[in-house]
Parts: sequence; structure tokens; C-alpha cells
Amino acid sequence: MQIVLTEDQELLAKTAADFAAEHSPIKRVRDLRDSNDPLGYSRALWKQMAELGWVGIPFPEAVGGAGMGLAELAVVLEALGRSLVPEPFLSTVLLAGEAISRHGDDAVRAEWLPRIVRGEAVMACAYPETTSRYALSQVATRCEAAGSGFRITGEKSHVLDAAGCDGFLVSARSAGADNDPQGIELFAVSADAPGVEIVGQTRVDHRNCAIVRLQGVEVAGDARVGAPGRGHTVLEDVVDRATVGLCAEMLGGMSRAFEMTLAHLKEREQFGAPIGSFQALKHRAAELFVEIELVRSCVMAAARAVDAEASDARKLVSLAKARCSDAFVLAGNEGVQMFGGVGMTDEYDIGFYLKRARVAEMTFGDAAYHRSRWAQLSGY
Amino acid sequence: MSNLDSFREETRQWLEQNAPPAFLGRGGGGELEGPWGGRRWKFSSDAEKQWLDVMGERGWTAPTWPSEYGGGGLSPAEAKVLAQLLRELKLPRPLIGFGLTMIGPTLLQFGNEEQKRLHLPRIVRGEIRWCQGYSEPNAGSDLASLQARGVVDGDHMTVSGTKVWTSYADECDWIFALVRTKPEATKKQDGISFVLIDMEDPGVSVKPIKLISGSSPFCETHFTDVKVPLANVVNGLHNGWTVAKALLGHERSMIADAFGGVVSSDRARGGGLQDMARRYLGGGDGPLEDAVTRDAIAQVEMDTRAFTLTVQRTRDAAKAGHKPGPESSIFKLYGTELNKRRYELQIKIAGPQSLGWEGPGYEDAELQRTRDWLRSRGNSIEGGTSEIQLNVIAKRVLGLPD
Ligand SMILES: Cc1cc2nc3c(=O)[nH]c(=O)nc-3n(C[C@H](O)[C@H](O)[C@H](O)COP(=O)(O)OP(=O)(O)OC[C@H]3O[C@@H](n4cnc5c(N)ncnc54)[C@H](O)[C@@H]3O)c2cc1C
Repeated sequence: MQIVLTEDQELLAKTAADFAAEHSPIKRVRDLRDSNDPLGYSRALWKQMAELGWVGIPFPEAVGGAGMGLAELAVVLEALGRSLVPEPFLSTVLLAGEAISRHGDDAVRAEWLPRIVRGEAVMACAYPETTSRYALSQVATRCEAAGSGFRITGEKSHVLDAAGCDGFLVSARSAGADNDPQGIELFAVSADAPGVEIVGQTRVDHRNCAIVRLQGVEVAGDARVGAPGRGHTVLEDVVDRATVGLCAEMLGGMSRAFEMTLAHLKEREQFGAPIGSFQALKHRAAELFVEIELVRSCVMAAARAVDAEASDARKLVSLAKARCSDAFVLAGNEGVQMFGGVGMTDEYDIGFYLKRARVAEMTFGDAAYHRSRWAQLSGY
Repeated sequence: MSNLDSFREETRQWLEQNAPPAFLGRGGGGELEGPWGGRRWKFSSDAEKQWLDVMGERGWTAPTWPSEYGGGGLSPAEAKVLAQLLRELKLPRPLIGFGLTMIGPTLLQFGNEEQKRLHLPRIVRGEIRWCQGYSEPNAGSDLASLQARGVVDGDHMTVSGTKVWTSYADECDWIFALVRTKPEATKKQDGISFVLIDMEDPGVSVKPIKLISGSSPFCETHFTDVKVPLANVVNGLHNGWTVAKALLGHERSMIADAFGGVVSSDRARGGGLQDMARRYLGGGDGPLEDAVTRDAIAQVEMDTRAFTLTVQRTRDAAKAGHKPGPESSIFKLYGTELNKRRYELQIKIAGPQSLGWEGPGYEDAELQRTRDWLRSRGNSIEGGTSEIQLNVIAKRVLGLPD
């Protein structure tokens, strides 16, 4: 495994950076928030990203994808993460899309993948519940056999990009206690199926997120993704992939927050000198720089390890997420502190990074969760 | 078969035939474990001497140095194969020390032909051991204010002054030292010369200093009217500061590398944190019962992995032909701070068993660990303190103003 970008990947990074600069500077995130945009992202821009081939990066060529890996997708997500671009990559591509692509049967694949790859369908992955925290096995939502299909009842919360989506995967329990890894099913459900209610949630980062209520929702038997009772395995697989994608986005976000802070340190003067000449701030800036350099190595290694199906891939995913969580939050906190009073104002952009860092930290497990997972995977 | 493949085969055969049988499979050890060489070195076994002799003869103690200076003359790719084979066959390092890691690379860059021909082969064969005469009682972090004097007189200079913290000066044969030859220069960096001094010259004396860990690996070094030929000045009179800084670069990367090594040899010896925790904190096979210690171990292990991945990223980028990026500036800082944290955690896990200084009630390994912990506190002081590394990153990498 080589921890270095190929020439093609460098080119991709440049294209994505140029695209973000032109179509989605940080101001766009502010405008989406201020206009109470019900989606929080743009369908038109999503379509453009699909036309550029980014939405299809990890999917097989047979369904219109590029058949590439996380290493490539991470390059795009990092570039977009620099200006907190909110389009639904994690939900539609890495969670729902990959679950269907890697674990679904032909019928489900044919129904969803081509539309996803063309940027026509946005799909959420409704697995978290209010009490599940980071545990993928905690599923209180139930499903029971109904004719040749199933009937699902329960409530999901913090579901990324569910508001205004076309469909979603939902986890529901056919057997076992609420925290049993066995007995979990995954179904592909259309957003307009009877009994589905989607209620938008507003979180500190103002990204798309929703409660999904299912009241006796009926699905056909062939809507199931993965083997009977083995939904947990599917979730583990795709949540790891989405975690790497999120890490890449976080790397972009923290890098940009740090650059903004550094520029401020050079510009702002107090006591007749740039504040960046004060050693108390210099050393903290240098320490933050070190953290971000280490994060970059971990994210690149995790993406490559997952692509190569390396035996320590899961450990590297936890390494990347633990470090990203700590470093992004640190970059946000230090940024606000070093900006001083203006850092606390809504007018300045650094606050957007602080808020996104907090949400990203707690998506797919925070640093403590991933250190614990690392320990468990290492046998202690 | 490609050239590299046939090189690999020949080298493997050669190593298997020439390594002392007792050493095959013995295991590597870090950058700081192995014979330091020099006139005063006492080999711990015949095998250790034999191993140094055969490798030195072949130039493979310094694989990439040009063969006209006694080195192995290997390409970087061949040197990598050799290093892989040494690891595979679990052979220890034939030679370590400041000659190979600091003054050698510096002479290759700045030395004149005569200096290279004289000094490099003797380093390769482990005949001469070198020490570093930089720090003085009043010049540590602010190295450029050093006061040792070199007064030029015809074809030589007369050196007087005191160096301090000179690691292993009492066991070394030669010293590379910084002396002020032009006190009237307006910038203090400008009047400094980089000189090579034979420790046997009249007027050189050393006095060991005891460390908090109880051993005496460093010394105070006095120069009293020592006559040094100008032929021993590297890069010309008063031009020593450039050389001094380049050598510090080599020193810092050596220290950073050494910590990668410490970590892996630690693990090889079964001294991993997880094993220690099971032993001292008890509990069965499942998750460690002490959740705080479990988290602390994961933190140190994960930071270690992040560090080694970053070292790898730098190497992979260099192999792909990229210029060295800013990430390499973090190695000395992060590697040494991490090593200190690792020892700190080991001591906490061992609890009262880590308190022994000597005598009954403690295993040898426990006593050694305690001494190693004390010694590790110096990692972030020697070779430029952590605070100085942060200054360097802030200034050179981040471009923050003075
Ligand atoms: C084990 C060991 C081996 C050594 N071996 C050698 C050797 O072989 N040869 C040799 O020449 N030297 C050697 N040294 C010396 C070493 O390089 C110096 O100790 C080091 O550079 C610090 O200098 P000092 O001890 O004078 O401390 P000082 O420079 O007095 O520093 C004291 C404290 O002040 C801080 N400080 C100083 N300046 C600044 C600043 N500008 N900003 C912020 N903080 C600052 C330092 O970080 C430190 O915490 C060795 C030291 C140790 C511990």
C-alpha cells in the first residue's frame, strides 16, 4: 500500500477544488441556511456532480459507475469538505448506494442504482434511533411477515439527507432483543410508501437530517438487502466506508479552518504586532498543524486499506475517525479562540466549521468510541 | 530475473554465509542498539566483532555511501532490499552511531576530497567513533551564541573553551565542534567554523556527568589551547553555521527514526502495553477491565500508528518523485513526545513495581524500564527541544512572523 496520490487522483482533486470554488463557496452554505432551504442542498448541483462522474465513483461500470474506490472518492470529498459542501454523498453513495450495490440482489440494484448514479435519486439510510447512539445493533424498529412481504413499524432519528429523499434503506428487527446483532433486516423503501412520515430535524450544522416514522409500512419480499437476519453485517460494511468518506470531508474542513485561522494570525495586529508573532499562539498553531498532518496520513491509509480489503482495514478506519473527530473539533475551537470576538459572530465563517466539526465528530462514532473499537479489534 | 531480483538473491546468500550463525534470527533492534565502534569499543562477543568486520569490509554499514569512500555504493532501491533482508533474516545492526548518522552524511555534502577520503572509510569500518561538540553552558537552544574560540594562526587554529552535554565524549575518538573564529562578525551566526578535532590531541579533556537515570552517557568537554590544522575545517573558515544546521537536520531525522525503531523493538520483546496491562492489572482475556487504562493504551497505540503512517507517507511521496513536504518537520517533535508518553503510561501501568531504583523486590526488566523512563525525558531536549521544534514549524512551515 502506497500512501501517495496518483497523478489521476491529483487531477481529480484539482477538478473538485475548482468546482467547489466556482459553485459552492462557503457563502452558499450560509445562504442555504438563511433561506431555510428545505433540502439544505441542491438537486441541480447534485445532478452536475453526477454528470462529472463523482456520484458513480464507487459503483460498477455495469450500472454506469466508474468502478473506482474510496481513495478516489476521498479526494473529491476532501476538496468539497473545504467549503462544507452539503450534497448527499454519505447517504446516497456510501451508505444506501453501497449497501444496495454490494449486498442487494438484481431487482433492488436495477431499481435504484442507475437512478442514483445519474443523480436522479437521493437515498437515505435510516438506521439510527434515538437510543442507539453509535451502536449499529441497537434496533427497536420491528418488522413482521405480511403476505409475501413485510410490515415495518418504528421510528428512526438523525437520518442523514432523509428530508426530501426519493427512498431510503431502513433497518428493522425480525427477531431477537433490541441490541442483538442477529435478526436485523434491511429494506429499500420508497419515500412515498403509505405509512411513511419524514419530519425534518434542525441540527447545529443545518445539514439535511430527519426523523423517519414508519407506521405499518408494507414492503415486498424482494425489497430486502442482504441475507435474512444479517442486516447488521451490511451496516457494518457500509458504515465503515461512509466513515472514511466523512473523514475525508473532515480533513478538508479542518484544513480550511486552519488556513483561515493562520491568515488571521498574520493579519490581525495587537500591541503593535501581528498576533501570530506571539509564541503562545505560534506553538498552538504548530501543534494543530502537526495534528492535521497526522490526520492526512491516517485518512489516506484508511481509504487505501478498505479498497484493498486489508486485514487491518477496520482498525485503520477507527484510527482515521478518532483522529479526525479530535482534530476537527480542535481546529474549530482553536480557530474561534484565535479569531477572538469576531470568531463568536455569525458574520464570520469560522463558526460554521466549529459547528460542522461537532456534528461530524458524533456521526458514525466519536473518538472515544473508535478508540474502544480499536482496542476491541486489537484483542484488549 | 530483474537486476534487483538477482541482487536480492546474491545478497541473501552472502548474508547467510557471512553472518555469524549466532546472529541469524537474533532480531534487529532500533537505531540506538548495536555496537558504536571506535578504538575504545569493547565487543560483547566475537560474533559482534566478526559481524562488524564483514559488513564494514563490504561497505554495508553505510550501504548508500559511494564505494570510493568505503561505502556500499548501493542505489536506494538496492539499499532497501538489503534493509529488508536484514529484517527478514532478523540480523542485528552491525554498527550504529553519530559517524553513520550525523557527521558522515554531512561530510558527504560539505567535506573536501581529502576529508572524505580520510574520515568516511574509518566510520564505515567502525574504527573511529565520533561525538558532537555543539552545546555550551551558555549556548543551548540559542546555539549561535556559542563562545568556544578558535584563533587562527598560519595553517592551524588554537581552540579553547568548554562544551557540555557531549554524549559519549569519554568513549569517542574524534569530535566535530563549532567554534567562533570571527568574533567581530556582526551576525553571531557568521563567525562560526565547523572543525574536526582528534580527542587525543593535547589539551582535550573530558569529565563525565551523571544523568537522572543514573548512567553517565554525556560529558563536559574542555579545550585548552588545542592546536587544530586548518585542513580540519569543513566548508571553509567562518562558514560553519550552514554545516551545523545541515547536521542538525540529519540528527533530528535520526532521532525521529530511532523512535519508530524503539516502538517496534519494544513490541518484538513482548513489552507491548497490552501485555503489560494484563500482567499488572489482571483480569481475564476479554476487554481490559480498567477502562481508563484501556483508553490510554489505545490512544498511545493509535498515535504511534498515525506517526509511522506519516513517516511512510513521506517516504512514499519521495519515491514518487515529490519534493519533501512540510510533514517531515514534525517527526522530531512528535516522535519524542510520543516516546515520552509511552514510557509514562508503562510506568503508570506497572504501578509501585515501577518505583525500584535497584536491589531486591524488582525484576531486571522493571528496573531497566524505570531507568529508560527517566532517560526518555531527555528525548525532547536533546537535538533541539520540543519548544524549539515548535518555533521552527511556526516560522519555516507556517510562515508566522517573528
Ligand atoms: C541526553 C542529552 C544528550 C545530549 N547530547 C548532546 C551532544 O552530544 N552534543 C551537544 O552538543 N549537545 C547535546 N545535548 C544538549 C542539547 O542539545 C541541549 O540541552 C538543548 O539544545 C537545550 O539547550 P539547554 O540545555 O541549554 O536548554 P535551554 O536552551 O536553556 O532551554 C531551557 C528551556 O527553555 C526553553 N527555551 C529556550 N529557548 C526558547 C525559545 N526561544 N522559545 C521557547 N522556549 C525556549 C527550552 O525549550 C527548554 O525547555 C544533549 C542533551 C541531552 C538532554
